Amino acid sequence: MTAPRHFVWKRKHLVGLDELTAGEIAHVLDTAESFREVSTRSIKKVPALRGKVVALLFFEDSTRTRMSFELAASRLSADTVLLTAKGSSVAKGETTLDTVRNIEAMGVDIFVIRHGQSGAPHMLAGKVRGSIVNAGDGQHEHPTQALLDIFTVRQRLGAVAGLKVAIVGDIAHSRVARSNIIGLRKLGAEVVVVGPPTLVPSAITAMGCEISHSLDDVLGEVDVVNMLRIQFERFGSNLFPSVREYSRIYGLNAERLGRCRKDVLVMHPGPINRGVELTSEVADGPNSCILQQVTNGLAVRMAVLYLVSQAGP
Amino acid sequence: MNDILIQNGRVIDPASGLDAVTDVAIAEGRIVEVGKVSGQAREVIDATGRIVCAGLIDIHVHCREPGHEEEETIATAAAAAVAGGFTTICAMPNTHPPLDDEAAIQYVIERAKDVRLARVLPVGCITKAREGKELAEMAMMRSAGAVAFSDDGDGVASTAVMYRALQYAGMLGVPLLQHCQDPDLGRGHLNSGAVAVRMGLAGIGPAGEQIMLRRDLALLERTQARYHVQHVSTAGSVRLLREAKAGGLAVTAEATPHHLLLTDAACAGYDPVYKVNPPLRSADDVEAVRAGVADGTIDCLASDHAPHSAEEKELEFGLAPFGMISLECALGLYAKALIDTKRLDWPGLIARMTVNPARAIGRDLGTLAPGAVADVTVIDPKRRWTVRAAKVASKSRNCPYDGWRLKGKPVATIVDGQIKYAA
Repeated sequence: MTAPRHFVWKRKHLVGLDELTAGEIAHVLDTAESFREVSTRSIKKVPALRGKVVALLFFEDSTRTRMSFELAASRLSADTVLLTAKGSSVAKGETTLDTVRNIEAMGVDIFVIRHGQSGAPHMLAGKVRGSIVNAGDGQHEHPTQALLDIFTVRQRLGAVAGLKVAIVGDIAHSRVARSNIIGLRKLGAEVVVVGPPTLVPSAITAMGCEISHSLDDVLGEVDVVNMLRIQFERFGSNLFPSVREYSRIYGLNAERLGRCRKDVLVMHPGPINRGVELTSEVADGPNSCILQQVTNGLAVRMAVLYLVSQAGP
Repeated sequence: MNDILIQNGRVIDPASGLDAVTDVAIAEGRIVEVGKVSGQAREVIDATGRIVCAGLIDIHVHCREPGHEEEETIATAAAAAVAGGFTTICAMPNTHPPLDDEAAIQYVIERAKDVRLARVLPVGCITKAREGKELAEMAMMRSAGAVAFSDDGDGVASTAVMYRALQYAGMLGVPLLQHCQDPDLGRGHLNSGAVAVRMGLAGIGPAGEQIMLRRDLALLERTQARYHVQHVSTAGSVRLLREAKAGGLAVTAEATPHHLLLTDAACAGYDPVYKVNPPLRSADDVEAVRAGVADGTIDCLASDHAPHSAEEKELEFGLAPFGMISLECALGLYAKALIDTKRLDWPGLIARMTVNPARAIGRDLGTLAPGAVADVTVIDPKRRWTVRAAKVASKSRNCPYDGWRLKGKPVATIVDGQIKYAA
């Protein structure tokens, strides 16, 4: 594989999009583009990471991100080892740093880390020799999700600069929202975050986005609607009165879709609560790119693993 | 013959209004003379170009003993104190077990006596086990030597309990020191605002501090208690205090070095050394706290020296405990925040580190008046030095000022007429 555009990638870690320049983000997307073709071959493998070890450390549960990274690593011919929080030494009281140092002692090149604590990958990046790839940290960042979202937008709408993107839902507790805001702004898109004030902190505007409390007000003027998953475990903390009421105000149904631009792109990071964030009609309709996001996730994660492995020590 | 003669220093004693280049003589643990002293002394300190003042007092120190001796002990806290120019520190009661009865207070006093460095004055809990439910045995603790009461680490959440505590402590004439924070609004990790939002961490907004302060001031109007606000961190609290003082309420307050020098922006790299409670606030809050100290709304400077082990501070930001240490470098930090910025002159700074905190805890300390206890600090106001966290006398290293260049350093610390530290 050769990366396009004679760009020299220097980052050993991918802890967040906050650290990346617009050029670096574009380079990941371009690299992902070149990896996309691999998945269409009958033998879906390239030797880019042959002999390398990728440790998937999922301190917090995940299904699709974990499988996506696992598959991405295997398509690059890397060996993978998997840690999940349940039944691990984490459950026995070992600190994150000790766990990672112990696994590193077995000879690991790249750590893919999902962690419930915001900033955990940042803490580790300064303290281990291998590469750290953030697969979601607390309520902070989920850079590969945002990269695959932006990749999908670029694929469907041609470019990112100049677009207006609405991100709808629990912005306050969403790492997907933060990474998307950062990445989209760096590439020149406008972002409006939508939700009630209990889910949308006013200080989020410091990240360069606008705030709206009315989905209906913004629908007509956006090119992309990214509907975040509502986490039912937040229910009862008085962030919103009921799922029914939330869905009534902030759910995307056929009637609301009808008031959007004809080619509006409907996204969701999954897993969907059907009938809450999106009705099935919208989720499975022609404007939806939800499955395409999942497919692209693989190419984006291959690109990220490949790039961090190429950076010098 | 005098024991110690400190010659030719700029003697600053805000308690008596003195600011003159002269001498201080000490004999038998007391100040015997302030003025041109002739005659011999067993020890002569040339204080030319130095400041000579009453021993500095820090009314907010976590000594961690009993219970967390791996982080700090009364001995190491007292050693850090004298190295920082402090002759008196108040030991906070959130130990394990907490200082909530007579025996625990006696234990601290006995340990401090064995150590024989700084005076260590214990603060007892307001409520049993710091649970905020039942009043601790305040009268018995006072008899044992407790100088104040506090559930520091937490505010007293129940309004009814706080009201009773104020009534009861008012009878005893002992101040209550409150950590103002509404617990319902306090379950975050750093100041609410753009930094917390970007970091994806729950915030602790300024309202939680102001709500409890406002409530306590309303209760204070109906009691005869003495009330002291610990570590004031927000502009809103400074405003409330200014109004309360103008209205004649018996309220005192303190500010910490970190709330005078650091903002929440320091947290952005997820380094838990900057995790502290109350949290580092905005630049506007820092300015308001400085202004509050300057105009006397905030009477005292206090470090809230809170040692933590490296193990605890190597955790993720959201899992690490609150607290930072600054006892040994506090004087230089206050000078940087308040003198270098022309908010205060040296007499103003010294008042807030001697007589004012002594009055806040109702002790006859913090003065160089003849007859007073011979607690004296000699300061070189021009000495430039670098903070080295690895070299502090404290047992812990969680110091956010590591590597800072400061101006102003204690060069001699005298407690009870004995030199306990000299540099």
